[in-house]
Amino acid sequence: MEQYSSKVMEHFAQPHNVGEIENADGVGTVGNPVCGDVMRLYIKVDNNRITDAKFKTFGCGAAIATSSMVTDLVKGKTIDEALKISNAAVAEALGGLPKVKMHCSVLAEEALKSALDDYYKKKGLTSPVRMPAESGHEHEME
Amino acid sequence: MRKVYLDHAATTPVHPKVLEAMLPYFSGKFGNPSNLHDMGREAKNAIDEARGKTAALINAKPEEIHFTSSGSEANNFALKGLAQAYSQKGKHIIVSQIEHFSILHPAKTLEKSGFTVTAVPTDKTGLVDPRDVAKAITKDTIFVSIMHANNEIGTIQQIEEIAKITKEKGVLFHTDAVASVGWVPVDVQALGVDALSLSGHQFYGPKGSAALFLRKGVRIKPQIEGGVQEEGRRAGTENVPAIVGLGKAAELAAAEVRNRVSYLTALRDRLQKGLAEKIDHIVINGHPSRRLPNNLNVSMWFVEGESMLLFLNMAGISVSSGSACTSRSLKSSHVLTCIGTDAAVANGTLLMTLGMGNTDEDIDYVIEKLPPIVKRLREMSPLYEDMIKQEQVR
Repeated sequence: MEQYSSKVMEHFAQPHNVGEIENADGVGTVGNPVCGDVMRLYIKVDNNRITDAKFKTFGCGAAIATSSMVTDLVKGKTIDEALKISNAAVAEALGGLPKVKMHCSVLAEEALKSALDDYYKKKGLTSPVRMPAESGHEHEME
Repeated sequence: MRKVYLDHAATTPVHPKVLEAMLPYFSGKFGNPSNLHDMGREAKNAIDEARGKTAALINAKPEEIHFTSSGSEANNFALKGLAQAYSQKGKHIIVSQIEHFSILHPAKTLEKSGFTVTAVPTDKTGLVDPRDVAKAITKDTIFVSIMHANNEIGTIQQIEEIAKITKEKGVLFHTDAVASVGWVPVDVQALGVDALSLSGHQFYGPKGSAALFLRKGVRIKPQIEGGVQEEGRRAGTENVPAIVGLGKAAELAAAEVRNRVSYLTALRDRLQKGLAEKIDHIVINGHPSRRLPNNLNVSMWFVEGESMLLFLNMAGISVSSGSACTSRSLKSSHVLTCIGTDAAVANGTLLMTLGMGNTDEDIDYVIEKLPPIVKRLREMSPLYEDMIKQEQVR
C-alpha cells in the first residue's frame, strides 16, 4: 500500500475534535463495521453557523484522519458553506490519500452531509442535502 | 525506543550463519552448476549439499527436493503441475477453504481449464474434518491439497489422518507447509504426504529460496521449461546463494526445532495471557492446542486493526493486521470468514508471530503498550459507545 502523508499521520496520531456533543443540533452516522469504518459526526449550529463539530470513528488511519480534518474544516462555516465541502477538499487538506483510502474521504463527506440532513429534519425543514453519488463502500474487485 | 518485531509470518531475518554460508557464492564461487569445469562443479556440490540438508529437515531423499524461487511458486507448481500430469486420470481436485492464495488462485485457474475443485470447510478452530475430505473424493479425484499449518491463525491440520484416506483411495496428497517448516517438526514419512511446499525466508533463510518435495515416482508437468535443471522439472539457472542459504537454514532448523517449539510456546502463551487479562472483548483465533507455537491471532471488538497497527508501529512494535481496510479488496480475511468470525470483529484483528529473537522483555513491552492503544481507540469508536449505551439500557 502507498504510505500515508505526514499530515494524515499527524491527524491520525493526534486527532482534533474527538468526542460527542450533548444535545447536538445534527448527528450523522455513516459506514458499516463490516467494511471497516463507521463515522459519527456531531454539529452544533448557532444562527445558521456551525459553532462546533465533534466525531467518533471506528476505522483505519485514513478514516480517523479524514474525520479529524472534516470537523476542522466545517467549524465556523455557515450551513451553505458546509454543504459545499467535498471529499476531494478533505483529501487535499490532508496532503492527499492513498488511492485505496479515497473512500475514507467520501465517508467523511457523507458523515457531514448526514449530520446536516439531520439538522434540517430536527428543525422541521425540508432538507436540501444530497448524499454523494459515489458510495464510500464500493468494493474493488480482488 | 525498543524495537519488537512480531511479524515472522511475513518474513524472518536471515540468520547470521546462513548469511555467512551464502556470501562466498555471490562473487568468489559464482559458477553455474550446469558447467563441467571446476567452477561449475563447485557450485553443483554446493547445491547438492543444500539439497541433502533440505531433504534431511523433512526426512525426504535429496532427489525428492526441487528448488523453486518462492513458496508461491512451489504451490503453483504443485497444483498446476500435478493436475496437468494426471489429467488422464481425472479432472477433480480438493483443497480447503483456508488455503493460501497461491493455492486458491491456481485452483481457480484450473477450474477455467476444465478441472473441478472442491473446497472443504473448517470448523471454528480452523480444523478440516478428515471425513469431509473422504466424502469429497470421487473416482475423478487426482489429488488433495490441504495446508499443514495456516499462515494466519496457525491451526495445524490432522495431515496424518487425511493421508490415510488419500492413500486408501489412491489419490495424491500435497500439503503447503510454508508456515510450519522450521517452526514445528515436519516429517514427510510420518505425515504420509506425496508433495510438500516449503519456503526459506519463513525460517531464517533468504528470500527467493524455496522447495517442492515430490515423492519418488510422482509425476509433474514442468511449469518453467527450457533447461535440464532440477531433473528437467524446473528450468532456470539455480539461485546458488539462496539455495545454499536454504540448506543452512534447514540444517539449523533441524538442530533446534524442538527448542524453538518450547521457547516460542512459552513466550506466545505469556503474550496471550497478558493481553487477555488486560483487554476485554478479545477473541483468540485458531485452535487452542493444535496451533503453531509462535502464532497469536487476536480479534478485538469495536476497534479496527490498521489503527492498532499504526499506533503499535509508533511504539516500535511491528505486527500484521487482518483488517479489510488494509487489504486492497476491502474484504476481511477469507480464513477468518471461514472460521465464522463476525466480519465487523474480523476488522479488529492483529496477527502477532514471534521469533527466536524475541524475549520476555519484548513481550512485556507489547503487553504494556497495546491495552492503552485499544482503550484510546475504543473511546473514539462509535461502536463502543453504542455497546456501552445498550448495556446501560439493560
